[in-house]
Amino acid sequence: MSEKKPAIWLRIYALLAYAYIYFPILILIIFSFNTQKINVRWEGFTLQWYKVLFNDQNVILATRNTLIIAFTSTIISTVIGTLAALALQRYRFPGYGAAESLLYVPVIIPEVVMGISLLAFFASIGLTLGLGTITLSHIAFNIPFVTLVVRARLHGFDKSIEEAAMDLGANELTTFWRVTLPTIMPGVLSGALLAFTLSLDDYVITYFTAGPGSTTLPLRIFSMVRFAVTPEVNALSTLWVLTVFIVLLIGQIAQRSQSPQQTR
Amino acid sequence: MAAETSSVSPAPRFSLIRQLRESPHAQGLALISPTLIYLLFTLVLPLLLVVVLSFMTRGPYGNIIYRVNLGNYTRLMDTLYLRILGYSLLTAALTTIGTILIGYPLAYYIARTPPRQRSVYLFLILVPFWTNFIIRIYAWIMILRTEGLLNSFLLKIGFIQAPLDILYTPTAVLIGMVYEFLPFMVLPLYTSLEKIEPAQLEAAADLGARPFMAFLRVTLPLSLPGMIAGSILVFIPAMGMFVVPDLMGGAKTILVGNLIRNQFLTARDWPFGAAASMLLLILTLIFTLFYTRRAGFGEELLV
Repeated sequence: MSEKKPAIWLRIYALLAYAYIYFPILILIIFSFNTQKINVRWEGFTLQWYKVLFNDQNVILATRNTLIIAFTSTIISTVIGTLAALALQRYRFPGYGAAESLLYVPVIIPEVVMGISLLAFFASIGLTLGLGTITLSHIAFNIPFVTLVVRARLHGFDKSIEEAAMDLGANELTTFWRVTLPTIMPGVLSGALLAFTLSLDDYVITYFTAGPGSTTLPLRIFSMVRFAVTPEVNALSTLWVLTVFIVLLIGQIAQRSQSPQQTR
Repeated sequence: MAAETSSVSPAPRFSLIRQLRESPHAQGLALISPTLIYLLFTLVLPLLLVVVLSFMTRGPYGNIIYRVNLGNYTRLMDTLYLRILGYSLLTAALTTIGTILIGYPLAYYIARTPPRQRSVYLFLILVPFWTNFIIRIYAWIMILRTEGLLNSFLLKIGFIQAPLDILYTPTAVLIGMVYEFLPFMVLPLYTSLEKIEPAQLEAAADLGARPFMAFLRVTLPLSLPGMIAGSILVFIPAMGMFVVPDLMGGAKTILVGNLIRNQFLTARDWPFGAAASMLLLILTLIFTLFYTRRAGFGEELLV
């Protein structure tokens, strides 16, 4: 769009909008260091809530569960979703349109409907709810997002490098491992990063597919928030926000050093 | 012996494999089949099960009686449930409007900054979006509750005499929903605003259009695909949302999402919950088709 500097009122508006976006999070972080337990007024600085947090067995267990689910579902959905992206971008086959539409369904369907359908399905085939059912469900909603991201990367892929590799005597498998995969790797990695964050963040689907002992961090935070507002939740939230910020920053820097012309 | 014959005419077995390997159809199908099989079991069959369940009846102990009938659907037409539905539509619509009001000028601003700064501004929008959404609701609970920051601030400056009860009202739900879904509106809006060429606006100015007219006649129509994509991304999840009403709406605020959740987990009337899910699903499809027919767009949805 225009190279002109935005008008003054627009700049003030944007500043207010960013303040609106960041103010609640800033408050959250500040009050994680508050000595007052009911967390109404600022009383004084303390790190005791972080200590409480690190000794909270429920939180530790929930963190462990969350990471197990996120890593497993990311790895599986990235492999399956990348194959689907290759299929959709490179080949035409019977049922192409149907396959493409099917991949959009988990993106568009309301989460609560997907959650109850999985709950009903697992119950009807007699699967016990727990880490396994959560992971199976996370893979299902992650595959379409991985496919979308990897497809976007394949879009600008120059097929002639592959043909060159084949002409030089590489077979299909070698070509894939040595030429195709390294080229689309940034796309695969950003797909995996997206899948990982979606899995970490998911509340609704996890809520319906979790069983006893498989509480994840979002479920844990929900029950903490529901019963009492204590600075321990603030401490947990602060650590979460910081982790996300650092991971995203690394991702941005890595992406920028790789392709300076891309803004995303 | 085998090698000899294959050099003349390949054994049928090998030729079949070779044919398959070289057929693009077979290769494509082989690559897509893990996804299709996986989604068959975790998406297609579960949804079909919900369709079937919606025509069944709840037994006396929360079990399911397999006798086909339309009872659940006629029950949904009760005023009580129609009111919940209407209220959900209203909440989703107001949430969408709220995100447009806050998000449009913001997206417009980002699209007008120099290209090198844009990624920083977009990044700043994305950071809270990647933070867990229950944490974001919690932040607003801290601010809005009776003894919260907003009330203590307003009391201190003497603007109010008694604390306002904002939390656990429909207003609180709207505040929470708009905050949750804002990035879903800003990103697609930015994508379509960013594509507008300065020349198009200069042309409008040369033809005598004042900046406001140019905005109304050029910028706004050209950003419509982004607004429509953003509206889908906000409206649909807002329709099925039950977590924000749960935490911020108090007991009285029930949306379709809460209804479905309660039927499955509290009332244990799965057939009725399944019928409510079907209704939500059908509405979602209608809205998606309606919006997508109104304007052609592609990448705005894929941010």
